[in-house]
Amino acid sequence: MARGQGAALDRKKLMADPIMVTTIVVLITFLTLFILYPLAILLVDSFVGDGGFGFSVFQRIFSMPTFTRAITNTLKVGFVVGILSSLIGLLFAYVEVYVRMNKFAGGLFKVVSMLPVVSPPFVLSLSMIMLFGKAGIITRFLFHIYDNNVYGYWGIVIVQTLTFFPVCYMMLKGLLKNIDPSLEEAARDMGASRMKVFTSVTLPLMLPGLGNAFLVTFIESIADFANPMIIGGSYDTLATTIYLQITGAYDKTGAAAMAVVLLCITLAMFAVQKYYLEAKTAATLTGKASRARMLIEDKSVKIPLTILCSLGALFVIMMYICVPIGACFPTWGYKFFPLTGKWFAQVFTKYHGLKAFKDSFVLSLIASPITALLSMIISYLVVKRKFKAKGFIEAVSMLAMAVPGTVLGVGYIRGFSGGLFHTGILQGIYGTGLILIIVFVVRSLPTGTRSGISALRQIDKSIEESAYDMGADSFKVFMTVTLPLIKDSFLSGLVTAFVRSITAISAIILLVTPSFLLITVQINEFAEKGAFSLACAFATILIVITYGAVLLMNLFIKRFGTSRSIKED
Amino acid sequence: MEKIKKGVRLDHISKIYQDPKTGKEFYAVKDTSLTIEPGSFVTLLGPSGCGKTTTLRMIAGFESPDEGEIYLGDEPINELTPNKRDTAMVFQSYALLPHYNVFDNVAYGLKLRKVPKEEISERVTRILELVELGGMEGRMTNQLSGGQQQRVALARALVIEPSVLLFDEPLSNLDAKLRVTMRTEIRRIQQEVGITAIYVTHDQSEAMALSDQIIIMNKGVVAQMGTPQEIYYHPADEFVADFIGEANFLRGSLIGREGGYLTLNVEGNPLRVPAPEDEVPRQDYTVVLRPEAATLADEGGLPCRVVLSCFMGSYQNYHVMVGDTLVKLEEHNPKNKRIYQVGECCSLVFDPESVHVL
Repeated sequence: MARGQGAALDRKKLMADPIMVTTIVVLITFLTLFILYPLAILLVDSFVGDGGFGFSVFQRIFSMPTFTRAITNTLKVGFVVGILSSLIGLLFAYVEVYVRMNKFAGGLFKVVSMLPVVSPPFVLSLSMIMLFGKAGIITRFLFHIYDNNVYGYWGIVIVQTLTFFPVCYMMLKGLLKNIDPSLEEAARDMGASRMKVFTSVTLPLMLPGLGNAFLVTFIESIADFANPMIIGGSYDTLATTIYLQITGAYDKTGAAAMAVVLLCITLAMFAVQKYYLEAKTAATLTGKASRARMLIEDKSVKIPLTILCSLGALFVIMMYICVPIGACFPTWGYKFFPLTGKWFAQVFTKYHGLKAFKDSFVLSLIASPITALLSMIISYLVVKRKFKAKGFIEAVSMLAMAVPGTVLGVGYIRGFSGGLFHTGILQGIYGTGLILIIVFVVRSLPTGTRSGISALRQIDKSIEESAYDMGADSFKVFMTVTLPLIKDSFLSGLVTAFVRSITAISAIILLVTPSFLLITVQINEFAEKGAFSLACAFATILIVITYGAVLLMNLFIKRFGTSRSIKED
Repeated sequence: MEKIKKGVRLDHISKIYQDPKTGKEFYAVKDTSLTIEPGSFVTLLGPSGCGKTTTLRMIAGFESPDEGEIYLGDEPINELTPNKRDTAMVFQSYALLPHYNVFDNVAYGLKLRKVPKEEISERVTRILELVELGGMEGRMTNQLSGGQQQRVALARALVIEPSVLLFDEPLSNLDAKLRVTMRTEIRRIQQEVGITAIYVTHDQSEAMALSDQIIIMNKGVVAQMGTPQEIYYHPADEFVADFIGEANFLRGSLIGREGGYLTLNVEGNPLRVPAPEDEVPRQDYTVVLRPEAATLADEGGLPCRVVLSCFMGSYQNYHVMVGDTLVKLEEHNPKNKRIYQVGECCSLVFDPESVHVL
């Protein structure tokens, strides 16, 4: 059998569409240049770095006790955070889906799921120190404990768990909703107690999903840079070690090799999560629930679970509230009253706050439409079109999801500071705002692409085919049919990209030059110096900006988004 | 709408697919040659996986043939993309653009062709009247019933005045009653416009009701092409006979030949039937007997025993055993006829001219 003619014709048809071909070429160039190349250069650097090809760089870094300790530290933290987050997430998800709650508790749950979205990922470290540190409000002034040490292992674990468990909660909630209630009713009907139903039906069905949540959090924890930086103290993780290796020891090849090690760990986890667990989750929980679930009304179950979760939620909310309040204390640790606005004033008068916000805002504002559009185009190509390089585009844009920001940052330093392959080509972009924008785009691309892909999968393929058949070319089809149909996904992608960009730190902190002041970098600097009030003031304004963006998006979607009736169709 | 009607010709077309699980390649369509006359209504009929939809999608341009050439009129169109082909398709799922209203959906193709605004509005209005949706221009598509959505899809395809109209199981999402109404509608509109239409379906009654010509496909090849009557009364093989309507197969071995007639031994009984046209002489034959073509009597035909007798209203349904062969038949208008009960022995009677011999 020869499929040659069909393939040749498909190719000819594709070539008859110059906009499509150009788009694909541009995309491939972008992905190769800004995702694959920086990672490749890390490999090159770490194998040929110290003169000649070989494992000498790796031998060198593995003989550093700080590095080997960082590996065990990172894995230990990641493991514990993964387990704690998925368990707490499961508890919250279970209570929301299975138990009849009152309005107040329901509201708390909503806030908890929303907070990590709008806040920079490391503000909890600030409030942790302010509440429970040596001069913490709770430890020192409530319980008169003067030597409580929040820095280190437990500090990181608690802060990361509180930061990441809402993600697990949202993931698991979706899965629990997909369990057909009649399965559990059947088990109840055969005489199983509620506990037995949970352990013998619900839990086994959820296991792959739990594993998935665990690994996602594990990867997040390993890749997290700012929390260990602020609250880790002398407890170094891989991300912070790499950062110090490059900014403190100026050992660029060593940092590159360390980045390769970190990348290998996350890639392995990601591969398991993506190709094994995700498939398994989909296989066990496919069917839509046939009808609404009977919520648990039993007071002996309902009251303790609701109280437990509400207290947890309140605690998390209090941690977040501590940030704006902390920014109003006259002298944190000594004098709490009267509340003052002087730190906010100083942000702008003394510490170039306006420039920081302007820089962060403008760069993120430029990056977000690029990200949103790129991710929609990638999703369209991946879901709706057939062409040879499709697998490459899909794989590389997903790969970016597994790359920790620190690794990407080191890759960009090595890849672009001396130009492409240290030849000086493209050297011009290093140190400019452009490279920061590119980093923002690359960092948010996978999330956008994933949401775009799932939105597009729900649209019947024949809708686009019909437009194509009516005489529209690919560009017209995309602009008049695809994009309007995934408008919601596009808009939320826009805001997600904006929020992720303006709150990003891990890759950016390695690449930013003094000509740009970025809010997150400022917060990190002040926190490290111990100027928590200033850090809090910056963080508060940042949260207000991101929350405003999210509100604006919701308003926008409500008004201009795809009407509800279309979605129900 | 004065346009030269165009036919479609498939010249040794093959399409190869790869089984996603085993990785094995197989022919979805194999070496198929067809000529579809201008202005005719042709149905591609067959079980699922027979290659009918693939054939249609190759004509539309969504799939590219691995072998052979497709012609629209006299023009080879293999290299044209779907948007450049003078065909319009009506999809199974209607595929209306959900963010447009009825008018904009129908006008979409005309706008792409840069037709002047007044002409668009005039043509859309006219075509919507043709499909009996006049006055619905402003509705959103999700406010329409399934049948109405299908009319919009049809109008959208018709309004660009394509040379060929393609239908991909357009009625399979409608309920049974509406299906019957819509298929008469489709036939009426096609006749009124006089367009060439190619229609894919797995529903044989739809194919019968609509078509000038039916093409029966099986496992990627054309099993038979002909008018509905030809296909029903003179099926080319057992697959076609079985697929179109109900068929009983009586196996017989040759015991005599005389004029245009054969005498066969069917389950130990002699049976005289007309010889198939231009046949190759052989020993074994198969007699195709339609259920409505036979009746039961006390004597005078093939001896049989009743194993099922069931009143269906308009007919009495019988299953009888002729030797070891099960024969199903329908006795129409059974009111004043003798009803045979299960276990009774009787005789299967039919006119030898009403059977078809393979």
